[in-house]
Amino acid sequence: MNLKKMAILTKAEAKKIIDKVLSYAKADETSVSLTGGRRGNIRYARNAVSTSGESTNLSLAVTAVFGKKSGTATINEFDDAALEKTVRRAEEIARLAPENSEYMPMLGPQTYLPIDPFSRNTENITPDYRAQAAFDSLDPCRKQNLTAAGYMEDSTGFTAIGNSKELFAYNRETSVEFSVTVRTADGMGSGYATRDVTDTSKLNTREATEIAMQKAQASVGARAIEPGKYTVILEPAALVANTDASLLLAMMGSMDARNAEEGRSFLSKKGGGTRLGEKLMDERVTIYSDPTNPEIPTSPFGGGGGGRFGGGGADGRPQEKITWIEKGVIKNMYYSRYWADKKGVKATPPPANFIMEGGTQSLADMIKSTEKGILVTRFWYIRPVDPQTLLYTGLTRDGTFYIENGQIKFPVKNFRFNESPIIMLNNLEAMGKPVRIGGNLVPPLKIRDFTFTSLSDAV
Amino acid sequence: MQRRDFIQLSSLGIGGLLTAGIPVLGNSVSPEYLIDAAGRGVGIDTAAKKRLADVALNAAKSKGATYTDVRIGRYLQQFMFTRETKVQNIVSAESYGVGIRVLANGCWGFSATSDVTPDAIAKCAETAVAIAKANSKLLTEPVVLAPQKGVGEVVWKTPIKKNAFEIPVQQKIDLLMKVNGEAMKNGATFVTSNLFFVNEQKYFASTDGTYADQDIHRVWPTFTVSAVDRAVGKFKTRDALSSPMGMGYEYLDGLASEKIMALNGLIGYRNSYDMVEDAILAAKQAKEKLTAKTVQPGKYDLVLDPNHLGLTIHESVGHPLELDRVLGYEANYAGTSFATLDKWKTKSFNYGSKLVNIVADKTQPYTLGTVGYDDEGVPAKQWDLIKDGILVNYQAIRDQVAILGEKESNGCCYADNWDSVQFQRMPNVSLKHGTEKRSVTDMIKGVDKGIYIIGRGSYSIDQQRYNFQFGGQLFYEIKNGEIVGMLDDVAYQSNTQEFWNSCAQLCDKDDYRTFGSFFDGKGQPSQVSAVSHGSATTRFNGVNVINTGRKI
Repeated sequence: MNLKKMAILTKAEAKKIIDKVLSYAKADETSVSLTGGRRGNIRYARNAVSTSGESTNLSLAVTAVFGKKSGTATINEFDDAALEKTVRRAEEIARLAPENSEYMPMLGPQTYLPIDPFSRNTENITPDYRAQAAFDSLDPCRKQNLTAAGYMEDSTGFTAIGNSKELFAYNRETSVEFSVTVRTADGMGSGYATRDVTDTSKLNTREATEIAMQKAQASVGARAIEPGKYTVILEPAALVANTDASLLLAMMGSMDARNAEEGRSFLSKKGGGTRLGEKLMDERVTIYSDPTNPEIPTSPFGGGGGGRFGGGGADGRPQEKITWIEKGVIKNMYYSRYWADKKGVKATPPPANFIMEGGTQSLADMIKSTEKGILVTRFWYIRPVDPQTLLYTGLTRDGTFYIENGQIKFPVKNFRFNESPIIMLNNLEAMGKPVRIGGNLVPPLKIRDFTFTSLSDAV
Repeated sequence: MQRRDFIQLSSLGIGGLLTAGIPVLGNSVSPEYLIDAAGRGVGIDTAAKKRLADVALNAAKSKGATYTDVRIGRYLQQFMFTRETKVQNIVSAESYGVGIRVLANGCWGFSATSDVTPDAIAKCAETAVAIAKANSKLLTEPVVLAPQKGVGEVVWKTPIKKNAFEIPVQQKIDLLMKVNGEAMKNGATFVTSNLFFVNEQKYFASTDGTYADQDIHRVWPTFTVSAVDRAVGKFKTRDALSSPMGMGYEYLDGLASEKIMALNGLIGYRNSYDMVEDAILAAKQAKEKLTAKTVQPGKYDLVLDPNHLGLTIHESVGHPLELDRVLGYEANYAGTSFATLDKWKTKSFNYGSKLVNIVADKTQPYTLGTVGYDDEGVPAKQWDLIKDGILVNYQAIRDQVAILGEKESNGCCYADNWDSVQFQRMPNVSLKHGTEKRSVTDMIKGVDKGIYIIGRGSYSIDQQRYNFQFGGQLFYEIKNGEIVGMLDDVAYQSNTQEFWNSCAQLCDKDDYRTFGSFFDGKGQPSQVSAVSHGSATTRFNGVNVINTGRKI
């Protein structure tokens, strides 16, 4: 078997390698992580392709543990000698490592939900396919004297984990992310659109680009209006971003129980303890995670980041459907295994996706029912200002419009905002139909009293 | 392409600065391996490197390349993570391979391999040419490469005194445990501390006749101290006032001669850092922040410490003057720039007041951006970006300088690994200090209503670099020439041109020091780079300050 050419291993192939690695192990506990896949991308700017590439990778990481001392070694070669050497190296690093008093023994076998977030169409992407996707985006822009800059990245891969306590898990996964920024030739108008899919047949770069083109053309001649508190319609791309921080991910990323119990989170309670069970936002706000959702399927295990170099990587905990916020009430927080053990509670891992329940209205319906307000395509350069209140700052970008009597009246200059997602979700007016963004399902939201603090000349 | 992993930390990890996590390149190795590998060059002798490089140059040429450069690179990293009394993670990693870039039919092609053997390198060079030829079918404008005279066989090393990779892991852990222990003893509720060490061993060769062997070192010690008052349900943090540096472990010596003493027991660190001393101060200051007075919004004269001003320079001068951004190559991600070519062509665009002199520099000692040669073989140099307040130049590389009517590259091309393509990256960008004798104390004496800001805090700027908002670590209220107490909830908002034109006074060379950014991100797929920004403490008049306090 020439493994270097076969970056996507089957479950059986992966298990065979992991079992072999484990057969060499002499440590108290050993875990193995095997990942592989192909990544391809195409980037264009100034109406021409600037870079394009593809890479495949297959890599194995071994973690050996003696007592509470652990060490990890990685390798890209798969002959028996190389595998055994890697196990020995991990054991050697572990023996010399400092003790981690928060080390938790590895998990035994787990039950995982049957999910296959994989698409043959995405696996079959070729360089020609990427070039065509870029062309479909560039062509309409060139024809209308607009300037396009965009990026598409596809990935097809698998992860298998196993350990000396007989845990084994396998997942294969595909994804495609696309974004495009279209600018007018004079640089006075700019529009943006982004899409992400599991199955690339659901991606139409021309359709997305046409939206960005409309926004670019419609945003020319932006007027300055006074900063202040406004009713806003935030498109899903203004709520979740995969290239920047974002208001909803900031909130979902701050629901760690330990931080809350240690007194340094928006979920910390005055006088000690947490705000679990308290109603912190509008009663229409319900957010849950569900790895089996067919629109945003995810791996049945993992979540919480980490990777081969530690820092809280995939420890084999199953992902399941969990309600985080129900009718505005905080229902769950996530735990490291150490903290859950110490507190005697279930070690719920952080979610791998989330779904915010919405309504049935389209964006157009939401605009129609707005007397006065501002439509926001997206935010940019979003950074935390105060971790206690989750106050964030950032700016509108690539299509900001003034709405009056149910119609878009004129483009407005970009604003800087200073706002907390918690305050925002208390000022909820209406919710539209959720759409996929950054691997999550998020509705457009109409929010009152959203805080814009200054104007920007940026286009 | 080799694996690139990201260590995800909670938002309280490294002062909440990184959203994508900390990138790690290549494979995990033992600390002992790093001791052996550090500072040795790419593991093979110079003659062997030259032979391998020539294989690439010849193979590409025989397939029709008109220009080729090859980088044989070994990138070593050691990152350490602790909290309170615990070591959370020690990452030791090595990434080793070859990247080959060619020009064929007027188009760039790039290919990389981790197989550092003559056959694999020749094949990789052929692939790069094939990619260039394939891409040339879509070509609209052929690449115009500024000439660069070959420099022959040269060697350059960061002038370090102590190789950080050779310092035993236990010694580093002992330091971090002392830092954490002293912070806790002095009132911290929690503390995380980190050490980051990077060694880039790069052998560059090009068809211009350059064979440059370089050994580049960088260090960054940092921490975040938290103080929690559970009774009132409040917490505050204070990050380290260190700077990442182009130095070895000697940066951690804490030499008294490199300290700059300021008002209120504040200490500035020039080219040597006392991490324990800073942690003790941080714990006391984090506690003080819990009861600090909330700021009254309005216009203030700002006195900005170099450890704060560096980030403002980075965001509002460094990025907008990157020529690829100005031209639109980053439009879909980082954005474009307000500092357009037509403004530059007038030779009278007032970027700042007459006091504002900003230089780009790849040669300044102890800094992150300093090298002997850039990643396309251009010797390191220094050039003016803003002179007496006027915009005079940009940051450009070999395939861009013709646009500026120049014949020579600025030498600021960089790739973060052997398997990534080099492109224009920010050199060190620094504000020149004042020529009149002036200390921070002297400067504060002249301020009636102001705020003295120290340290890197929250930062945000729009995609054309007009409107920005910056926070900090420490804020002190100045009234009638004196510091009257600590403030909280401070951020200032301004517009780049307005802000730099409000620059009113500079401290002198004795106050000058550098700040740095260790993981600056740019491009798609994203690459990191490290860059320093020097300045002396500087005064800006009448800047808009907002109050960031909220109740939820």
